[in-house]
Amino acid sequence: MINVTIDGIKTSVHRDTSVLDAAKQCDITIPTLCHHPKLTPYGGCRLCIVEIKGINRPVTACTTPVSEGMEVTTSSPVLEKLRRTTLELILSDHPNDCMVCEKAGDCTLQELAYFYGIKENRFAGERRVYEKRDGNPLIERDMEKCILCNKCVRVCDEVQGVSAIDIAYRGFRSKVCPPYERDLDCEFCGQCIRVCPTGALTGRMWSLKGRQKDIREVDTICPYCGCGCNITLDIRKNEIVRVTSKEDTINEGWLCSKGTFGYKFLNDPARLTKPLIKYKGKFRESTWEEALGLVAKKLLKTKEKHGPDSIAGLASARCTSEENYLFQKFMRAVIKTNNVDHCARL
Amino acid sequence: MKTNKLEIMVCMGTGGIAAGGTEVLSAFESAIKKLKIPAKLKKGCSVHKVGCRGLCARDVLVDIIIKEKKSTYQYIKPDMVQRIVDEHIVGNQPVADWLATEDYHNFHEKQVKVVLSDCGNINPESIDAYFAVNGYEAAKKVLTLMSRQDVIEEIKRSGLRGRGGAGFPTGVKWEICGGVKNAQKYIICNADEGDPGAFMDRAIIEGNPHSVIEGMIIGAYAIGAGKGYVYIRAEYPLAVERLRKALEDAGKKNLLGKKILKTGFSFDIKVKLGAGAFVCGEETALIVSIEGQRGMPRAKPPFPVHSGLWGKPTVINNVETLANIPHIIRKGPDWFASFGTEKSRGTKVFALTGKVKNTGLIEVPMGISLKEIIYDIGGGMDKGRDFKAVQTGGPSGGCITADLLDINVDYESLAKVGSIVGSGGMVVLDDTDCMVSIARFFLEFTQVESCGKCVPCRIGTKRLLEILDRITAGKGKEGDIELLEELGKDIKASSLCGLGQTAPNPVLSTIKYFRPEYEAHIRDMKCPAAVCKELIEFTILEELCKGCGACVRACPANAIKGEKKKPHTLSSELCVKCGSCFDVCKFGAVKKE
Ligand SMILES: Cc1cc2nc3c(=O)[nH]c(=O)nc-3n(C[C@H](O)[C@H](O)[C@H](O)COP(=O)(O)O)c2cc1C
Ligand code: SF4
Ligand code: SF4
Repeated sequence: MINVTIDGIKTSVHRDTSVLDAAKQCDITIPTLCHHPKLTPYGGCRLCIVEIKGINRPVTACTTPVSEGMEVTTSSPVLEKLRRTTLELILSDHPNDCMVCEKAGDCTLQELAYFYGIKENRFAGERRVYEKRDGNPLIERDMEKCILCNKCVRVCDEVQGVSAIDIAYRGFRSKVCPPYERDLDCEFCGQCIRVCPTGALTGRMWSLKGRQKDIREVDTICPYCGCGCNITLDIRKNEIVRVTSKEDTINEGWLCSKGTFGYKFLNDPARLTKPLIKYKGKFRESTWEEALGLVAKKLLKTKEKHGPDSIAGLASARCTSEENYLFQKFMRAVIKTNNVDHCARL
Repeated sequence: MKTNKLEIMVCMGTGGIAAGGTEVLSAFESAIKKLKIPAKLKKGCSVHKVGCRGLCARDVLVDIIIKEKKSTYQYIKPDMVQRIVDEHIVGNQPVADWLATEDYHNFHEKQVKVVLSDCGNINPESIDAYFAVNGYEAAKKVLTLMSRQDVIEEIKRSGLRGRGGAGFPTGVKWEICGGVKNAQKYIICNADEGDPGAFMDRAIIEGNPHSVIEGMIIGAYAIGAGKGYVYIRAEYPLAVERLRKALEDAGKKNLLGKKILKTGFSFDIKVKLGAGAFVCGEETALIVSIEGQRGMPRAKPPFPVHSGLWGKPTVINNVETLANIPHIIRKGPDWFASFGTEKSRGTKVFALTGKVKNTGLIEVPMGISLKEIIYDIGGGMDKGRDFKAVQTGGPSGGCITADLLDINVDYESLAKVGSIVGSGGMVVLDDTDCMVSIARFFLEFTQVESCGKCVPCRIGTKRLLEILDRITAGKGKEGDIELLEELGKDIKASSLCGLGQTAPNPVLSTIKYFRPEYEAHIRDMKCPAAVCKELIEFTILEELCKGCGACVRACPANAIKGEKKKPHTLSSELCVKCGSCFDVCKFGAVKKE
């Protein structure tokens, strides 16, 4: 354990803890834009700068590991002035359109601008304007709103292992994009949307469907596969606006493309809500009693005529473990056969 | 080389080649061939290329040594070669008209050449030429007679400090890395040299690549590295070619590779081409660039000596730093320390450019006065104009004004007046240089070269540049100077790497010393040096105009009218301020203000 003092509070933390995390453990929040607890520290936004006794210039709390006896100051007139300048600079190159932005109310940049009370900007000047938009079908990439925090780049590389995007160009022209600025063509897991602190990355499907303050959250399990990722449905007017996931879940907040974007079927008019029975080559609507009764009757008949081993069951990866357990129990105890298998085994 | 009876050396650095060195060399070769020198004498006769000797403006420079007597010719073209051969080599009567003039010799007089001592004297493409000037003796001595600690002690005692900009003591860096326990370590030679106007490292590699390789071998041995990299910009094709040839030759002689010189030490060097990003000269960015990622700096610690290339302990040294090493080992740390000042030992190579008579590459002892550099070596101000300032340290540096001309050029003294030695850029400015434009020039460079990682540098330098843009365009506002200062200081304080931390220096230092010039731009809408286009006006002085019409022909905008032999007039509405009339008028009748 390492002893440190942060804003006068003495504490001891594990070796390799960053100053930022040590401060968090003391309930001291330091503003950040480019930090994410699951990603490699970056040190790009320069908001988490702190003063450390014995070091003659401010250093970023996210990239600095604690050391024995370290004395840290997280807020001072000098630091706050530097943070303010940095925020002003970011905002001087940011579209001022919070009123129509999907992310309003859920945007770290907006939050910081509010708390630092940045109304006027000393540095008004040229702003990056991109005529050509990324034409991919799922992720709205409004790079004029991008603050180059690099979180999307890191999550794509470090978590998803895909590396579909990186920063291109230099200086003021720096821009996050796929190679050669082609349209994004990746796995579309949407991890990048999840980590973006601004409105630069949003889902096309939830555009104009409602912002964070409008929605009701329903925690549930993703129905797509047996992984059972925890998902949160953002619901407005009894309709799913988008699917998210919380960081303190078994899947640590990460989802795949089906979990993120594959929810449209729920309210699709073509979705089956009643069982169908095929009669003389044609489907007709039925009830669960009738349909299950028919299945039970046919299974029993087959079993009687050809024996239990004439029947085999193939379970689905989309079922939960509990459902799969029940399924094999049913096959073994009721049908009395060991002919059970699972599509994921093939 | 002393045994040669006749030696002809043609300068073929990048400057020499551009001036026609290749053609001059082949002209000499064929002229000598025609002489039909008897085979017996031929052994003592050599015609070869050499690297840069500093005064590129006089290229093609040719040295002819006959019986140890050296004559230097300047501005040589291929068609001049036959006469030199006929009169000088055959007739033993140098062609006096073409010999280098006194100021060529003055240029070299006050210089002290250590790293450049063999540049311009030996054939850089011949390992034997390097052997002939005791090349690789130092490496041999180190590998066979010295312990790792001995080497580190010698370098520490010499007082050598890094020549790449920061001036960190080289021996200390090696000692720290040497002390880290790891089976795999690296030594990297930083040949990225991205500062505008800098060509020190290029000249060293083009002129004497083996000296850098030898320095790397010694460094590798001292820290225990098995592998080295030279990170060199792809825009230096000649340097890359000569370096590759040198590495190949050194490998053939078992100076690189397995069990070097039959000792237990193995070491190899790879060349990695940089894509010409200034920021990739920063050591952490350089490392990730070698690893194949986008070159962006990261926060230190950890320092490369602890965790560098592929996470292994790594020493990064500048080309010039490494080229000093063999000399220190060969001639001893005390010899090296006898040059320079107490805290800045040895010599430093500078790229002297701007408004001095002799521009070029110079090597001087640390602590020499700025005055000596400009007036003795540089030959004084060009065209007899007034000295205004010197900008040192390139885009990270600052300016030094006329009242500080006596200052000693060393790390401490320059830092004290707000400038830096840096990697060695030195731009001399006269009264026709506008300080706001100079600051703008450097900032434009740093702005486009910012890696984009951190906000203050990426956006802050852009805003500084915009403010400078409007000041030079006559649209400056009250308060702009203060805003530049405020923002400049904040960028310095909160940027991640050395690029952002120093980018505002040219602005802050020109404001510090030339504030009235900024004010004149903003308040009086005047550019005192008459440089900023939007703020200058061209007029024709009636009393001086002879009506020759030269300006009429030169003006691309048809802005000048007038009858022959009568005073002309210039329409300020049509004028595009290109300055052509000002340049062509022989009578000084065009006024620029
Ligand atoms: C933006 C930037 C550019 C740099 N460019 C170079 C360079 O081109 N060559 C160089 O040797 N050092 C350069 N440096 C300094 C290196 O980071 C490093 O300090 C140096 O190579 C160490 O070698 P030395 O100790 O021998 O000087 C640069 C630093 C910064 C911040
Ligand atoms: S798109 Fe979002 S996450 Fe990616 S760099 Fe820009 S602001 Fe950061
Ligand atoms: S200071 Fe500039 S060059 Fe350095 S990391 Fe920041 S943006 Fe990149």
